[in-house]
Amino acid sequence: MSVTSDQIAEARARVPLAFQAPLPVRLRRYALWTFFVALFCWCLYDFNFSPVRIWEGLARFGTVASFMFPPYVWTSWAEFSEILNGLGETLAIAFLGTVLGAVIAFPLSFLGAKNINRLNFFRLGVRRGYDVIRAFETLILALIFIRAFGLGPLAGILAIAVSEIGTFAKLFSEAIENTSNKPVEGVKASGGSRLQQIRFGIAPQVNPVIMSILLYNFESNVRSGTILGIVGAGGIGFLLSDRIAAYKWGEAWSIIFLIIAMVYVIDWLSGIVRQRLIGKTELAK
Amino acid sequence: MTITAHFSNDPPRIRATRLSQFELDFAAQRRRARFGWIIGTFLFVLAFAFTSWIGDFFKVTQVTMPDGSREWRWIIPAGIPRLGEYLEKTIPTLRWDTLGADFANWFWRWKIWMELLFETILIAFMATVFGVIGGFLLSFPASRNLAPNKWVLWLTRRYLEIARTVPELVWALIFVFCFSVGPLAGVLAIGLHATGALGKLYSEVNENIDMRPLEGVKAAGGTWFDQIRYGAVPQVLPNIISYTLLRFEINVRASSIIGYVGAGGLGQEFRTAMSFQEYTDLSALFVIIFVTVMIIDYGSEKLRHRIIHLEENRP
Repeated sequence: MSVTSDQIAEARARVPLAFQAPLPVRLRRYALWTFFVALFCWCLYDFNFSPVRIWEGLARFGTVASFMFPPYVWTSWAEFSEILNGLGETLAIAFLGTVLGAVIAFPLSFLGAKNINRLNFFRLGVRRGYDVIRAFETLILALIFIRAFGLGPLAGILAIAVSEIGTFAKLFSEAIENTSNKPVEGVKASGGSRLQQIRFGIAPQVNPVIMSILLYNFESNVRSGTILGIVGAGGIGFLLSDRIAAYKWGEAWSIIFLIIAMVYVIDWLSGIVRQRLIGKTELAK
Repeated sequence: MTITAHFSNDPPRIRATRLSQFELDFAAQRRRARFGWIIGTFLFVLAFAFTSWIGDFFKVTQVTMPDGSREWRWIIPAGIPRLGEYLEKTIPTLRWDTLGADFANWFWRWKIWMELLFETILIAFMATVFGVIGGFLLSFPASRNLAPNKWVLWLTRRYLEIARTVPELVWALIFVFCFSVGPLAGVLAIGLHATGALGKLYSEVNENIDMRPLEGVKAAGGTWFDQIRYGAVPQVLPNIISYTLLRFEINVRASSIIGYVGAGGLGQEFRTAMSFQEYTDLSALFVIIFVTVMIIDYGSEKLRHRIIHLEENRP
């Protein structure tokens, strides 16, 4: 049976809202879309998105991209070991930055958890503190640390560590808050002190979550570790920006491919570690 | 005492064997756990030693002792006073009686900074728009349940992965060469990175949808595009809006940095302030970015909660 136009008209009369939103909602929608489209057009004008410029840029990008094929291969060990060293530095920055950040954030996270720190004003203050630390951009931190610790990977390590303190403290304290109180009461009932309650009641519950947070953030730090070199904080980014500045596009593309390969390998490895240590638990982000 | 109480009804011999079996199992468990700990600790120490060697973690530097002699010290404790000195220089002098003049002095380039801040936000907006368009269109061929065929799936997934694995700053370096210095390069760089990130998030949303509406559209004679438009899009829209707002926050942070390599926005002022050693400018710029990011984060969080809330209240 097919629907006739009479039936449609009847349905429209009975449930008008199924066919059309009420007028104020429609007006709001139109206003929002007009605003967005107008802003978009104005940006196109303001940023000088002229077709000629786009076309010329794409032509240049085509030239740059053509250096991808055939990929550049380093022939001498001296050159290639420099690249490998850069990749190793990036990994070192990510690893040590994550470890240092976690070591400092772990005790701080207890101050921000509702079930550990019962002083409301103090806990909220600590939480605002985490937010402030998280607001620092890693690259700006790296610029500051370069002034104090000199060029090199150490500045990158500290930049990642400091920006991770805020993230880790926040995530850890949320993990601590999400634990069940029953094991804690059990330990308390058998005469455990507060410290023992945390050690035997809470720690076994949060450890897998913390482990998975650490692995996840290590992966993301490997990605952000690749750019720290652009400002001089060590890692593969320095070599990459150097090759781009010298217009050695072949080498630059090869370095980019190596970065992608490294990120793949790290994601794969941390997937294995995650399965071995934690099993198939849901990732708490 | 509690363990033996449980077995008190059993004859003594059975009790003994059960207890000893428990003891044996427990000991084996402990041994296995300790073995795992030793291996884990060993691997960790190995990784720590290797990375601290390659990352120069225990770098030493010369410091001047109070008696004037030069000594070698580990750089981290030695560098912290230097860091303090540096940060102290960036703090402006604000006195209560001349507060207005001091502020005017601190934010002396405020006209240029406000212009660049506006540009920064516009770059983030444009990049989000491009990222949403690209990510939305590519998310359907990139999700396992919706892709028309295997090759399209493989190709779009690899494209999205490459787009998001290469950082924005690297894309910016390349695009600054291609499209010349200015916000255009920044928009394209952040937009490309956002395409990769959003495409992945959207495709994960797409993979969790209910397939029955799509079957309904198919049964009524709809093409692949009809199925996506009327079957999939209405289901994923709230999540997509929420992810888009989240991405806008991230893009604002990225676009405040991207000027460092010449791709427009406030970042270029960081570079000039650093090279001209205008220390108080650095803190002023930092305050501007900090406040902007805080306001945008707060606003978009409120908006996101409202959208999620609307979704939950839907019958």
